[in-house]
Amino acid sequence: MTTSEKSASAFISLAPLRRPFLSKFLRWEWFLVALIALVVIVNSRLSPYFLDVQNLFRASSDFMEMGLMMLPMVLIILTGNVDLAVASTLGMTASFMGLLFNNGLNIWLAAGAALLLGVAAGFLNGYLISRLKVPALVITLGTYAFYRGMAYVMLGDQAARGYPASFTYIGQGTIPGTPIPFSMVLFLVMAVIFGLVLHKTAFGRYLYAIGNNQEAVIYSGISVPRVKVIIFLVSGLMSSLAGLVLAARFGSTRPDIGGGLELAVITATVLGGVDINGGKGSMIGAVLALLLVGLMRFGMGLMNIQGQVQSIAIGLMLILSILLPNLPQIFGDQRSRWNRRTLMLLAVAAIVVIAFVWFFSWSRATVFALQGA
Amino acid sequence: MTTDHPATSKRSLFSFFAQYRELALIGFILLLIVIISLQSPGFLTFDNFQDILLNISILAMIALAQGMIIITRGIDLSVASTLALVAMMVSFVLKAYPETPVILIVLLGIGLGSVLGSVNGLIITVGKVPPIIATLGTLSIYRGLVFFYSNGDWVNPIDLPSGFKQLAKGMSLGLPNLVVVAIIVAVIAYVFLNHIQAGRDIYALGTNPEAAKISGIRTQQVTFMVYVISGIICGLAGVMWASRYEAAQTNTALGFELQTVAAAVIGGVSMLGGIGTVPGVLLGALLLGIIQNGLTLSSISQFWQLAVQGFLILLAVISDATIQRRIKTTMTRGFAK
Repeated sequence: MTTSEKSASAFISLAPLRRPFLSKFLRWEWFLVALIALVVIVNSRLSPYFLDVQNLFRASSDFMEMGLMMLPMVLIILTGNVDLAVASTLGMTASFMGLLFNNGLNIWLAAGAALLLGVAAGFLNGYLISRLKVPALVITLGTYAFYRGMAYVMLGDQAARGYPASFTYIGQGTIPGTPIPFSMVLFLVMAVIFGLVLHKTAFGRYLYAIGNNQEAVIYSGISVPRVKVIIFLVSGLMSSLAGLVLAARFGSTRPDIGGGLELAVITATVLGGVDINGGKGSMIGAVLALLLVGLMRFGMGLMNIQGQVQSIAIGLMLILSILLPNLPQIFGDQRSRWNRRTLMLLAVAAIVVIAFVWFFSWSRATVFALQGA
Repeated sequence: MTTDHPATSKRSLFSFFAQYRELALIGFILLLIVIISLQSPGFLTFDNFQDILLNISILAMIALAQGMIIITRGIDLSVASTLALVAMMVSFVLKAYPETPVILIVLLGIGLGSVLGSVNGLIITVGKVPPIIATLGTLSIYRGLVFFYSNGDWVNPIDLPSGFKQLAKGMSLGLPNLVVVAIIVAVIAYVFLNHIQAGRDIYALGTNPEAAKISGIRTQQVTFMVYVISGIICGLAGVMWASRYEAAQTNTALGFELQTVAAAVIGGVSMLGGIGTVPGVLLGALLLGIIQNGLTLSSISQFWQLAVQGFLILLAVISDATIQRRIKTTMTRGFAK
């Protein structure tokens, strides 16, 4: 995935592939719509509580923080980068706000300071990535640990709580007279802004260009480092905004707040059709993927499936969303050279996996029979 | 073979800096040891160092596998989930059949781990899914399977036979068995990466995938192999983890994957592929272990641990990038003259 390798392939293939490539990602979004329809139909058959407007709106607020972080993640992954530090930035800034609030500062001033810290955290990521020319994965892995660590340094084993109702409104409140959560309105407004920036401005086109062929963008006189600093800075800002919403929803802040959300955010983005190698994807796809993940989790929750078991389905979908479109290529291109060996390999793999599944269920059943006895 | 010449001289330059890097790491570790032992006298004792070694053994083993994968330009985020799933499954077997010989349990763990690793390998090589996505997916799948398998329950010390608990803690050759196992894994990894064809292929693949393919290396098989190796090591580590902590929990080793990446990166494995050594990774793990131990002993709050670890990763990456840029500029200057 080096720049030179990717830019070389993009250089050769960009022009002739234009039309199929466009139609492909249009198809992907329709595929997501079909999946959403399927999930809605299946779930409404399984549970009478699924198609309840009140329930749906209440459940949706669980995913708004994820959504707020997903919007800039789309921009970042489009350029072929990734930001692993989003949830840690969320944790650090929310903890910072909690620390200031615990020390008697007005909550809105504390929230403003948290947003500024988020901007600084995002700027540091972007600056290090573009200045050192190191993969974003490495830098944000470092700040992933560092920012989360700072959250623990700030709050330790304490929690900040007792936020005023005017503040918790942004996480818990609904638009007066409707069941629509305020956080959902916030997310939708932000999604429209991000969508317009990505699809209607020159800046948005630079992002696609950088993802497709960074060298060419450099030669066309655009400051790639500046673009990178901007998107990571925006990511820091949105992560801290998500932190405010999450802290407001919980009504308290602990240093582990939002832990693990970074992987959920990346999963939703990739599921939305944004190519992890950059250059392909759309904002509407990512928003649809968030809706899909949200509906699936809500439906499985109604069926009393534990959150961690739900993640099996989400993980499978993530892998299949990349693997299924590859299938024609796997069985088409390599038929002449690979077919027999691939089939044999797959047969062996199938036997091994079946043996594993057998052992898995056998040992599980044995122990539970033992406990029952 | 005139075309070979610049390539080899470039390699030796890089390997010189890799060694330089290990020396720098050793220096840094020694400095830390001096600072910590001045503050807390309990640090520089044989018992405490044995404790550190015991604590980093599992990290070091998995970091070696992680390093191998990063050398091929991949990443394995599913290591901690693999470890947890294997730990849970072997603990279940032990709960049902406490008389099972320990060696069989170890082999079972290795077998289960290799299946999970080869699933990763297949998704990546046959399915052509980027490693970060594939292992991000299996991270949630394997972790979810742990919950599904145990119904959210834990296996407690009382459920495990005492013979099994002795596996990690028992002493042989004056060291805890777990440390001995880690040393054996490290020696095998060293020989494999430096003296075995398949091990050298890993570097070739990471340095230049196209060139490796053209020169006849079966790149798909090498890629598949490193993920299977990672699964095997995680399986072994899962058995050791269950034995050492005398339990299998649903949140066993949660978040451990990033520590293994951190140890590899601090140890000098380049995320761009092709660069990394076994001693470097071991030193990276040792550094993390000493910091953890030092913070526990000293008066500094435990809560600083993660922040310090993150800061060190950043420091390692920044110094690496700066050194490599220097090499590049000196080399271009040399060519210009």
